[in-house]
Amino acid sequence: MSEGPLLIARDVGKNYGNRIGCTDVSFDLWPGEVLAIVGESGSGKTTLLNCLSTRLNADRGTVTYRMRDGVARDLAALGEAERRFLMRTDWGFVHQNPADGLRMGVSAGANVGERLMAVGNRHYGRIRHCAEDWLNRVEIDVDRIDDRPRAFSGGMRQRLQIARNLVTSPRLVFMDEPTGGLDVSVQARLLDLVRGLVRDLGLSVIIVTHDLAVARLLSHRMMVMKEGRVIEQGLTDRVLDDPREPYTQLLVSSIPQA
Amino acid sequence: MSAVTMSEAGTNFAYLDEETKRMIRRAILKAIAIPGYQVPFASREMPMPYGWGTGGVQVTAAVIGPDDVLKVIDQGADDTTNAVSIRAFFRKVARVAVTTHTAEATVIQTRHRIPEHPLIEGQILVYQVPIPEPLRFLEPRETETRTMHALEEYGLMHVKLYEDIAHHGRIATSYAYPVKVAGRYVMDPSPIPKFDNPKMHLSPALQLFGAGREKRIYAIPPHTDVRSLDFEDHPFEIQRFDEPCALCGARNVYLDEVILDDRGGRMFVCSDTDNCESRQADAQKETAA
Repeated sequence: MSEGPLLIARDVGKNYGNRIGCTDVSFDLWPGEVLAIVGESGSGKTTLLNCLSTRLNADRGTVTYRMRDGVARDLAALGEAERRFLMRTDWGFVHQNPADGLRMGVSAGANVGERLMAVGNRHYGRIRHCAEDWLNRVEIDVDRIDDRPRAFSGGMRQRLQIARNLVTSPRLVFMDEPTGGLDVSVQARLLDLVRGLVRDLGLSVIIVTHDLAVARLLSHRMMVMKEGRVIEQGLTDRVLDDPREPYTQLLVSSIPQA
Repeated sequence: MSAVTMSEAGTNFAYLDEETKRMIRRAILKAIAIPGYQVPFASREMPMPYGWGTGGVQVTAAVIGPDDVLKVIDQGADDTTNAVSIRAFFRKVARVAVTTHTAEATVIQTRHRIPEHPLIEGQILVYQVPIPEPLRFLEPRETETRTMHALEEYGLMHVKLYEDIAHHGRIATSYAYPVKVAGRYVMDPSPIPKFDNPKMHLSPALQLFGAGREKRIYAIPPHTDVRSLDFEDHPFEIQRFDEPCALCGARNVYLDEVILDDRGGRMFVCSDTDNCESRQADAQKETAA
């Protein structure tokens, strides 16, 4: 599976009336690669993520995705059924607020099993076994499988959300500030977990964050956004250790040093 | 219906005006053409509160003719308030013959049961439906559930059954048990006990469902495949009763529990009163002969 990039974005743009959400964004994402999109609030990171994941329709540009059968498809040309199927099988989307990505009213096991049932799995025992396996992998006690996420802490909910997304072995996961709102020690554990999963499963990830430490820990490559445009992109250590643009320099120097 | 007849009540035949009946019939035809699909219709105010069968009454009013024989049941019984008043309503506004015998009826309006006596071709069973959307409590957004129906995304329905097994060790849903109609649409069969679900499968009668407050009509045409959803390792099962009916001795029928006193005394009797009474009458005839 090394014929080319997994996802190709060309001149992607989205306006909100006269205001620019994001514009002229182009990049390639390769299999197994983790790309961080960083920038301050309002710089268009989340708009871009939503355009890439077809949660929003881009006004300009194209996003091409190489499907499991190896054929590259223009995402805007997919039918709604195909698009939704893609989103619940080959993709994952991890929301900043786990309540947006989880079904809070049903048990942890059902949350993990939902995608399996959505793709036609009709064997309770196997679904449950798979759910247990995934709870293990994201370090949630298996005896919590019948508890609702309401009874979970923020960090557990976020790990559950990740398990729920990964159960169908997606190849691409979008993450929107996955560590936002978690305390520092929980953040560290979650980052460790995500890093392990990315490595073990060979996932490609596009992660939006305003936290440069998260970008440094997780990503291979990063893009810095300002006012809807990508002002600098490159290997993560290159951008962070040797920032070219004044704005990036400002961002990097604003990390509090111990 | 050929002639527009005014009833003694001073209303049009069967209460609704002809234009309204045409509108409802169009919705019914569409519903029959797409089995299990919820067709929106311009539900009217009826002279009864929502939740008492306004949807069922409108469907009945739209399909009933002067020669029809109407039976109305509420939880299987012909003699409960809801059944008595709806039967009286149609006797007044349509002057149709009414009956309590399933075999004699051409139109049967029902709340929460399917009669035990097998239905035959030419009969119409009209269900009163409180909530037509089977996905409602799992996905509150109507826009989303419509998309899910359109794209046949029914995984969520199994999430509900999964929860049942996880919490109760078996599928504990005992009424309004979701079914898949003609291999396509997942449908709420209204709050009938799941005991009645197999009766919908390949039924020779036409089954119409009316939800007045929710303004939806759906249908199962005669001889249509109706499957109850389940898991491979937890197949669909109907309720079983240990004892027969205490009055008529019937087995393999749906029983109601009747509390007799405050010392734990109870008995189980047929929920279908017509079936129970005719069985008792038959038994008396046999002993007399």
